[in-house]
Amino acid sequence: MGRFMLRRFVNYLALVIIAASLTYALAAISLNPRANFEGRNPKPSAASVTATLNEYNLNPDTPLLVRFGHWAGGVAHGDLGRTVTGGQVNDEFGRRVGVSTRLLLISTLLGSMGGVMVGAWGAIRQYRASDRISTLASFGVLAMPVFVIAVTLKLWAIDLNDAVGHKVIEYTGEYDPGLSGTGEILLSRLQHLLLPSLTLIVIQIALYSRYQRSSMLDVLGSDFLRTARAKGLSRKAALMKHGLRTAVLPVVPLLVYNVVLLFTGATFTEKIFGWHGMGEWLVNSISTNDVNATAAVGLFTAVVVLIAGLLSDLLYAALDPRVRMS
Amino acid sequence: MAVQTPSVQPTASSTAVTTRPAPRRRSRTRLTAIRFARNRTALFGLLMLILLFLMAYVAPLLYKWSYTDLDFNAFQQPPSASHWFGTDQTGSDLFAMTARGMQKSLVIGLLTGVICTVLAAAVGASAGYFGGWTDRGLMWIVDLLLVMPNFLIIAVLSPLFQGTTWLVFVVLLAAFSWMITGRVVRSMTLTLKDREFVKAAKYMGVPAPVIIFRHILPSMASMLIIDGTIQVGTAIIGETSLSYFGFGVQAPDVSLGTVIATGTPAAPSFPWLFYFPAGCLVLICLSIAFIGDGLRDALDPNSSRAKARKNRKSQEGPTS
Repeated sequence: MGRFMLRRFVNYLALVIIAASLTYALAAISLNPRANFEGRNPKPSAASVTATLNEYNLNPDTPLLVRFGHWAGGVAHGDLGRTVTGGQVNDEFGRRVGVSTRLLLISTLLGSMGGVMVGAWGAIRQYRASDRISTLASFGVLAMPVFVIAVTLKLWAIDLNDAVGHKVIEYTGEYDPGLSGTGEILLSRLQHLLLPSLTLIVIQIALYSRYQRSSMLDVLGSDFLRTARAKGLSRKAALMKHGLRTAVLPVVPLLVYNVVLLFTGATFTEKIFGWHGMGEWLVNSISTNDVNATAAVGLFTAVVVLIAGLLSDLLYAALDPRVRMS
Repeated sequence: MAVQTPSVQPTASSTAVTTRPAPRRRSRTRLTAIRFARNRTALFGLLMLILLFLMAYVAPLLYKWSYTDLDFNAFQQPPSASHWFGTDQTGSDLFAMTARGMQKSLVIGLLTGVICTVLAAAVGASAGYFGGWTDRGLMWIVDLLLVMPNFLIIAVLSPLFQGTTWLVFVVLLAAFSWMITGRVVRSMTLTLKDREFVKAAKYMGVPAPVIIFRHILPSMASMLIIDGTIQVGTAIIGETSLSYFGFGVQAPDVSLGTVIATGTPAAPSFPWLFYFPAGCLVLICLSIAFIGDGLRDALDPNSSRAKARKNRKSQEGPTS
């Protein structure tokens, strides 16, 4: 087991290094940081722009390999380089991971638990009205791009606020900077958290319930459930204790995988609701030609995929005694 | 590596593949069609998709406004008899824009779905069939592409393709969405590789590509068809999502993503700018999902729905 995980880890690590290098190379070739300075008013002189670009290791005229060497050397020492505006990518990175975590914590918890519950419930009541409705609803949600869900929720919130005549639901940013007092700040944060969380929760419930439903259906006809019933357990107890536990097994690794991937997958949610997290950074850094920031996001995503893969492997082995990895 | 081989070999399907008499094939297609037609949601999806196609391609021919027209007598007008979906701040007709966007989104979705499935089938089957270094090399590429986030890569590359054709975009989308299917095809190939009809063909000296395309891939046709429909939906969502941020289809061209993106800022006061194109997009994806689900039930030999429905009827009587 230990050796297996180690081999797995080394393999993933190689992939991460290559993926991150490729991302840096693509970003360095494709994005043009010089354009950012030329758009400024008053327009800086060409020489000073070149000097600044050189200082930030962003000059497109420097050979790619040289730039890559600088960047990789920095990354090896834990320095992700400078942004287009001269800030440290590291600082921005830390801030944004924090924002993303605050956004994702509650919503993934509620979303994954809700998804498992809805899926199991649908399977137990297969083809009844409630199952049909929840299946149809999850189809509906999965047929919607995230930005459609997010913008629709935002428009509804605006309508609601107008109807009430008071800003009940907030839809931009993480908090109101003008507030003081713990209670008020907490309330404001909750108000701001509601819509982006709802977006993420709805999507996750729809997705996980599909998997949970089909895995629960497989379990429902199994012998061990019949045995449990024959032992005298009530249907509910048998389903809860033996059915759900077995059925959730195959869904857990997938769940972990998706949860971890949400860190950059929440791009639309963050962007539309104005949360300055990793997902928003991805879009912003590309549209502002910020090569080092883009590379940082690429590196982060690759590492996150690595962690997700390892974690789901480990969790599966821990949960399912039938799995022997050697 | 332990290869799972199913203990119960479905004999019916293997004879169908080896002998493959013409009438049996037709009857299988007919069976699928009948089972599909019995599924009301799937039929509804098909009907809806046909209507959406008509709206995208036929309606603009009969409609008064083209997507490039500007009506200077109607800025930000709500839906009316003259402008079915209303107009935006420059006087463009939203129905014409939406139809144009749907054309692009539908074509991109279908093309990407097809290319992606073909790519996955070719790569997955080759990896599984040849094994060894081919397998290792191809699976390593699959892993690498899975680690590189496709949204980020396509978005990063988008400046390079500004001003070129949207076909580049199709290629990019397809190039980054075939990997999971490729893996599934590979593992299915591994189980098929040791079956009698493949071995027989191999020892008769049939070249490998022919075995792959004539014997192995047809055996997983149903999986590929179902996956293809799912990919079409995924591609449409991917395309519109990228275009929404300006990383996809570029300005002079119109896709549903760009139509929705331009409408969004004004949507709080002029809701039709968002709801109509977004509604069309959701309907497209929904109809494709319904069709895919119906195909899955119709093509799956041990699908439970037909049986379950019969049981339910006999137990509970005709309810609904």
